[in-house]
Amino acid sequence: MYAAVCLRSFRRYSTYRAATWARVFTNTVFGFILTYTYIALWHVRPHLGGYDLSAAITYVWIGQGLLSLLAVGDLGALADLQTRIANGDVAVDLFRPVDQQRWWLAVDAGRAGYQLLTNALVPMLVGGLAFHLRLPQGSAVDVVAGWAATALALALALVVSYALRYLVALTGFWLLDLRGIQLVYYLTSCFFGGFFLPVTVFPPALEAVARALPFIAVFQVPADVFLQHDDAAGALGALGVQLAWAVVLLGLGRLVQSRAVRKVVVQGG
Amino acid sequence: MAETRSFVGGGAARWDVVHAVRCYGHIVRMWIRAALAYPASFWMTMAGNLAASGMDFVVIVVMFLHTHALGGWSLPQVAFLYGTSGVTLGLADIFVGSMDQLGVRVREGSVDTVLVRPVPALAQIAGDRFALRRIGRVLQSGAVLTWSLLRLDLSWTPLKVLVFASLVLCGTVIFGSVFVGGSACHFFMADAAEVQNSFTYGGATMLQYPPTIYARDIVRGTVFGVPLAFVNWLPALYLLGRDDPLGLPSWFRFASPLAALLCATAAGLLWRTGLRSYRSTGS
Repeated sequence: MYAAVCLRSFRRYSTYRAATWARVFTNTVFGFILTYTYIALWHVRPHLGGYDLSAAITYVWIGQGLLSLLAVGDLGALADLQTRIANGDVAVDLFRPVDQQRWWLAVDAGRAGYQLLTNALVPMLVGGLAFHLRLPQGSAVDVVAGWAATALALALALVVSYALRYLVALTGFWLLDLRGIQLVYYLTSCFFGGFFLPVTVFPPALEAVARALPFIAVFQVPADVFLQHDDAAGALGALGVQLAWAVVLLGLGRLVQSRAVRKVVVQGG
Repeated sequence: MAETRSFVGGGAARWDVVHAVRCYGHIVRMWIRAALAYPASFWMTMAGNLAASGMDFVVIVVMFLHTHALGGWSLPQVAFLYGTSGVTLGLADIFVGSMDQLGVRVREGSVDTVLVRPVPALAQIAGDRFALRRIGRVLQSGAVLTWSLLRLDLSWTPLKVLVFASLVLCGTVIFGSVFVGGSACHFFMADAAEVQNSFTYGGATMLQYPPTIYARDIVRGTVFGVPLAFVNWLPALYLLGRDDPLGLPSWFRFASPLAALLCATAAGLLWRTGLRSYRSTGS
């Protein structure tokens, strides 16, 4: 059933054609702007943060590609959950014999699948035409391993991102106005996720903070895996960190949800 | 309809402008009062705005931890670009930024209600959901700009003061025109409203960095295409005494008022065309 939900969600998002292309265009424009700022910085400091120029440019375009897929700045499909919490429709959802967290994960996965084919792929292709991007390289085994690890890292990143957004959406049971918490989530996830600049470029103290937070599992890790920034052991360790965060945050989501459900008061008509 | 009345004659047109501004003022005051009715929410969202726009500067500062110059420009010089870009975009965003909601209204057909009121449509749409909290960006960018001016130690002359004042004014007009012109496009393609962000927020991000770091064709596009270079790059070349990477004639550095006038005219024409082509949703 969750597969069917996922597929329907994919189809639903694929109907917003104009909005999708507008988003692709915006992401691409920002990709160009950021690329030039990175070129300027890496021109003065080659190999800054352990990336060569080509890897740094690729980092930008991965970011633009994954921005919508991982819903770094917004709630993704969970915007609907948030609306349903706000207007009370969530009471109907709770009545259904489905697991809320899995249901919305299926919806969000459908959304992400569609974004992968549009928002992730197109800016990457444009960036690849305009600049020299770094793809997984080395021996045939390395390349295959690189792509496989990237696919795994991306899936885990989506789950971590989903688990975080689920928590943000659930705060709607307690807070009336979610704009504040959404903005905090956006800023911290973008900055500490390494979305603006890789965390390896941060001052040491700030990097330590970023490494202790779950946000690197959303963006920095999949980007580094794709760029083969660390050796095989390092990449496996990073995937382990992602998995750990996914388990912890999903568990936390369940805990918060069980508390939240007790808060639901259905208004009589 | 109020829009067509401005064609009646000179006297009527002048009265119309005053009328439009007065109506805009009424709508704005109403929204400010509404926002201040929830003071905690207002101050928090304003602080959020301030923090969000400050994040870009944190990125610039982190970059300058690794280098003394970006594209040959020092931190105070880049801070000058950052500050002027943020202040002008922020002011334009306060005055007409809410217009980017027009796409939603076109889709819902709620522009109808706007058209039947005896108030110019532009004044209504621009004033709708006026958000004073956006002043957060202006304050934050203004603080960075002040710091950069103190650090730069420009030897001020009357001409420089004039160019600086015109930078803030014309920059706001240019960004404001992009908002209005972009919103007018929502009449034709309501679902693609986000494209506008590329030129407003994307443009402002671009102007935070020196023109020397970009490909020449891109800089040329901001001079002769969507004239964002006139917002701060060209006046900054004069104020900071830097060479033009494109080697344009020096009068370009003083041409911002002309560019602002052209932008405002183009935006006005686009707006009229868009409004005329509006067909309701029919439901």
